Amino acid sequence: MPLTKIISISGKAVPVAGADMDTDRIIPARFLKCITFDELAGTMFYDERFNADGSSKGHPIDAPQHAGATIILGGENFGCGSSREHAPQAIKRSGIQAIVAETFAEIFFGNSSGIGLPCVRASREDLLRAMEITTAAPDTQWTVDLESMTLSCPAASFPITMPAEPREALMQGKWDAVVELMNAPEAVAHLAATLPAPSSK
Amino acid sequence: MLQCPISTIMGKTLYQKVWDAHTAGTLPDGRTQLFIATMYLHEVTSPQAFAMLRELKLPVLHPERLFATVDHIIPTDNQSEPFADPRAAAMLNELRRNCQENNIRFFDLPSGRQGIVHMVGPELGITQPGMTIVCGDSHTATHGAVGSIAMGIGTTQVRDVLATQTLAMSPLKVRNVRVEGTLRPGVTAKDVALHIIGKLGANGGLGYAYEFGGSAIESMDMDGRLTLCNLAIEGAARCGYINPDETTFEYLKGRPFAPKGAEWDAAVERWKSFASDADAVYDDVVIIPAEEIEPTVTWGISPDMNIGIGGSVPAPEAARDDEGRKAYTTALEYMKLTPGQPIKGLPVDVVFIGSCTNGHITDFRAVAPYLKGRKVKPGIKALAVPGSQMTAVQCEEEGIAQIFRDAGFEWRLPGCSMCLAMNPDKLVGDQICASTSNRNFKGRQGSPTGRTLLMSPIMAAAAAVTGTVADAREVFDIQ
Repeated sequence: MPLTKIISISGKAVPVAGADMDTDRIIPARFLKCITFDELAGTMFYDERFNADGSSKGHPIDAPQHAGATIILGGENFGCGSSREHAPQAIKRSGIQAIVAETFAEIFFGNSSGIGLPCVRASREDLLRAMEITTAAPDTQWTVDLESMTLSCPAASFPITMPAEPREALMQGKWDAVVELMNAPEAVAHLAATLPAPSSK
Repeated sequence: MLQCPISTIMGKTLYQKVWDAHTAGTLPDGRTQLFIATMYLHEVTSPQAFAMLRELKLPVLHPERLFATVDHIIPTDNQSEPFADPRAAAMLNELRRNCQENNIRFFDLPSGRQGIVHMVGPELGITQPGMTIVCGDSHTATHGAVGSIAMGIGTTQVRDVLATQTLAMSPLKVRNVRVEGTLRPGVTAKDVALHIIGKLGANGGLGYAYEFGGSAIESMDMDGRLTLCNLAIEGAARCGYINPDETTFEYLKGRPFAPKGAEWDAAVERWKSFASDADAVYDDVVIIPAEEIEPTVTWGISPDMNIGIGGSVPAPEAARDDEGRKAYTTALEYMKLTPGQPIKGLPVDVVFIGSCTNGHITDFRAVAPYLKGRKVKPGIKALAVPGSQMTAVQCEEEGIAQIFRDAGFEWRLPGCSMCLAMNPDKLVGDQICASTSNRNFKGRQGSPTGRTLLMSPIMAAAAAVTGTVADAREVFDIQ
């Protein structure tokens, strides 16, 4: 099955500010009680957005002016904590197509890349500036472009970075690694035969 | 012509050696195709992976290298089935079905070997030096304590391993974190870990594997090493490890899945060869004097927001930069704490001793002598949750469980319990919990406004008997 080549994402942005935005905040553990990812749309940042009685806390995600945003602007160490893929799955299934943050936690980054959700880095100054722009003018159309490695809108353009391998995989439509991983069965069989496996015998 | 590859000039780290030994090739995008020696499975992050596999019509390639147990959703008060929570029951049954259909070893409730996946692997001797180990759980870093490369992965990657026994990965840099000297009485592996995270930051390990070394770590027992490596991820290091040594071999010998007879001797020789060379080159080295480490307690909503027990809650101005000041402000507001307030004496509502961080036999052994003859302060809810069935049995046999019960602890059945509250063990409202678990994130213990203070088992026990955050050295006269 050919995968989408992910080169450029455009749309409105929504700020999710703050350092160490952990995956428990992205999706609280009670939403992990499921055996599919199908029910995760709308659960992203749930307890950041809603009080216990279901009333809104006024998070930017729920502000009408940010409705339909496809890009998250985040802070440092975004996605730290638990390895739950439910976190990027919830984000993607809620309509987000790219995340721009200062840094990303390793596991979250890998999980996101593997499901075709690009995570790109920008400097703190540029992110704060982008958040300012989008807060002042929420309809601003942004583009995350993996070709030119920029985050841009009509009024500004900021450089972004991403490691070469996942960028290549996204742009070539090869972000789901399983296809490539099945291409070297002999090498894998050799390692399986020579590296010891734990046994109770 | 003189041939002199770099590898013969410079020594290698364990990380490089294990990586090289498990490299199957290089993928078109430049990543390594890394063979996975062992994968652990649990009920939360595997069902979707099996579903994806079925969709692709692919078989499980190496079921003999996969081991499963149930831990996150398991109730700890009553494990008779059907569970009160139908969603929890469905998750357990899905794992049973997937393991049965694919011939995967499953340590189910009646096996006597069920428990938190990061407890069960080392206890059974499945986790061995020189392996690549993965699991759909960030605390997989734990298994590095025996000298393996162990990493948490996502569910799509679990599928990759089910289908190919390999992963697409890029190598990490290696930071040598050395704790030199002798830990002071009352200071444990948990305190060492929290102290390191406090010093280097919750994001300090981004891009690194942590090799823990130095005399204070070399003299730690295996359970302490497991605690330390378990918390590597809380400092953003995807894996942490300790070079295998006599402590490691002594720990593994005789365990059900450890090599036996002549194979044992050969295995030990092989394992020794994976240890970092004396002249190994590291990307970074950090040295921490053991004597500077105090019993450590978190005050905020990230594990690096911690202080020694003698310290006070910091003001936002104490943070490193603007972002840090914002984070401190958010944390103080959430925790309802005031800058300058001493952490000692803060009243707690709940005490939790357990989790993959501190649910080991040695954790309960360390606490039991101090609880003997003492009582949990009235009004405090105190939970003791052994990390595995094997540990629970040991605690009964050694009389430890009874000491906890006599002191007023609820002695529970094994599982992840209140570490992440996917089962009925949850904080209520804005309760404060003195917890031996690994994360103090907002809402982590099941209440969106619940508050977590991370600490060692003896510090949690001191909180249980005094009803406040207390210095275990004073409460229990530890000198």
